[in-house]
Amino acid sequence: MQRYYVLNKNKLINFLSFIQSRSKLAAPVKKGEKSYAFEYITDLEKIALHYLPTILPVKKYFLPQRETLIEFNKKTRKTTHVIEFEELTLFGVHTCDLVGMQCLNAVMVEDPKDINYLERKNKLTVIAFECNSYCDEHATCGIMRTFIPSSGYDILFTEFDTYFLIHIGTTKGSEIVNESRLFDVAQKEHFDELNKLRKRKEEIFKPEINASYDELKKLMERACCTGAWEGIFDKCLSCGTCTNVCPTCYCFDINDDIDLNLLNGCRMRTWDSCQNEGFAKVAGGENFREERKNRQVHRYMRKFKYPVDKYNMYFCTGCGRCSRACVAKISLKETMNLLSERIKL
Amino acid sequence: MNKKTIKHSSYTLKPAHIIETKYLTDDIKYFKLRFTDGTDLDYTPGQFVMVSMCGVGEVPISISSTPTRKGFFELVIRKAGKVTSDIHSLKTGDKIGIRGPMGRKIPLSTIEGKDLIFVAGGLGIVPLRSFIDFVLDNRRDFGKVEILLGCKTPEEILFKDEIKDWEETLNVEFNCTVDKADPKWKGNVGLITSLIPSIFVYPERTYAIVCGPPIMYKFVIKALLEKGIKEDHIILSLERHMKCGVGKCGHCQIGNYYCCQDGPVFFYHEIKNNWEAL
Repeated sequence: MQRYYVLNKNKLINFLSFIQSRSKLAAPVKKGEKSYAFEYITDLEKIALHYLPTILPVKKYFLPQRETLIEFNKKTRKTTHVIEFEELTLFGVHTCDLVGMQCLNAVMVEDPKDINYLERKNKLTVIAFECNSYCDEHATCGIMRTFIPSSGYDILFTEFDTYFLIHIGTTKGSEIVNESRLFDVAQKEHFDELNKLRKRKEEIFKPEINASYDELKKLMERACCTGAWEGIFDKCLSCGTCTNVCPTCYCFDINDDIDLNLLNGCRMRTWDSCQNEGFAKVAGGENFREERKNRQVHRYMRKFKYPVDKYNMYFCTGCGRCSRACVAKISLKETMNLLSERIKL
Repeated sequence: MNKKTIKHSSYTLKPAHIIETKYLTDDIKYFKLRFTDGTDLDYTPGQFVMVSMCGVGEVPISISSTPTRKGFFELVIRKAGKVTSDIHSLKTGDKIGIRGPMGRKIPLSTIEGKDLIFVAGGLGIVPLRSFIDFVLDNRRDFGKVEILLGCKTPEEILFKDEIKDWEETLNVEFNCTVDKADPKWKGNVGLITSLIPSIFVYPERTYAIVCGPPIMYKFVIKALLEKGIKEDHIILSLERHMKCGVGKCGHCQIGNYYCCQDGPVFFYHEIKNNWEAL
């Protein structure tokens, strides 16, 4: 299989039209001065190729905010299992968000497998767009080593002056490229340019936190039950924004919805947040994470400690969304730096 | 959004008939259930099921019967919220949706041949009854059996008839204490930890199985360790908020563990260094 192609920049619009002829298309669109969102695209001109990480990550297509699991009828007591899905191509997925999807995959593929998620994921086509420089000061993709794309895409676009270099990740990606007939096979000079770019990126993206990649987990373990967190989360409002915008947060609630006829209904799963006060509260009234501070520490443990033990992955992609979106301006970078000052590794 | 239906997922409900109910106290009701297809629930003491009232919701409930008794399983449910209130309104003959059994199957061979101390606080007797009846049905395979029960008041003691059987006929030491006595009460008064110092144990061959309100564990574990019982001989059943039961939704997390998958039954040595467990 030929793995590298070149697409002339002026043919991008033709390529996107071709995608639209195959499936629905979703891509980043500018929504405000500094805000972007993935949306269904009808007008290709609206696509923002260079964008700050979108408000919500692409997890909203993998794990929708509301999703039906079961449909039931109260009278006949018949229940039907439902999978909701759509054939959709995501265009312009940033390098960090590819890692976010892989984190979700690791969770959902573990037994007992989440069939709803896995089936939906297979219907999605991912066309990634490599970041050649930092998006803004909140990103920590340098220390998280998520600035070089390694996998998680069907097709990867890397931008150069007059063309995109394309890497094919899957046979699905290969089919799309071949069928579109818009691409030329990459030559040696293109690879040389790619190597140069990747080297330049190693110079641009540097650890943003005063600890090494391997030390992050140790930092959490040491800090966990100590006073090192003192003062850091005093201003946290427990609003749950950080978990909503996080590409690797997947906690959910399950609720029943019933139609106005009081007969038909469905069991829904909706996003939930460990930052909500009642998240860990049991029927007897005991709340295992009653304090806001404990809920935030829990969030950090779920990014830098627990998933490393379980999946051998940090569940932080360095996208910076939690810091960017925090209404109390709590910054992940500052928090980690403060911890590394306070904790001797 | 397209939709397709599938035969089976982690959220599949299996219908069961209610074949008997009775109130044990004002707000605690007993249910005897049988799957409508006649199959048995394949469980181990300590496991739980998700009980579903379509249109209202789903709740995790521990199994109170022993798998040695076939053809049914038993749940004991306290009225605590919307779903449990609705379950309380069900009568014999009604149908209900079940998911499970959920949770870890602990290897019962580890406690075979050993002396056992059951420590139950209040409703903790409900899941422990599964272990106790399992042991009683295989009485020859176990050593000395001691049951310690602590309740707030004498009215709150569940399974009074069965306790009489345990006390009188089945070669079991039973001790009960209440926080607050009434004029008719002739037993002990005090916390459950007050019962532990006076029992005689051979630490080497004794396992303790503990279930009760969250606040109880620290004190009971301390008392058991003081008796010389080893850390890996203390078995604890922990309670957490649960939604999915399949280790995904995040509600029941205890540090590195998901209570619904890795528990709810843990050995003390597994969780003693877990900052969120006890």
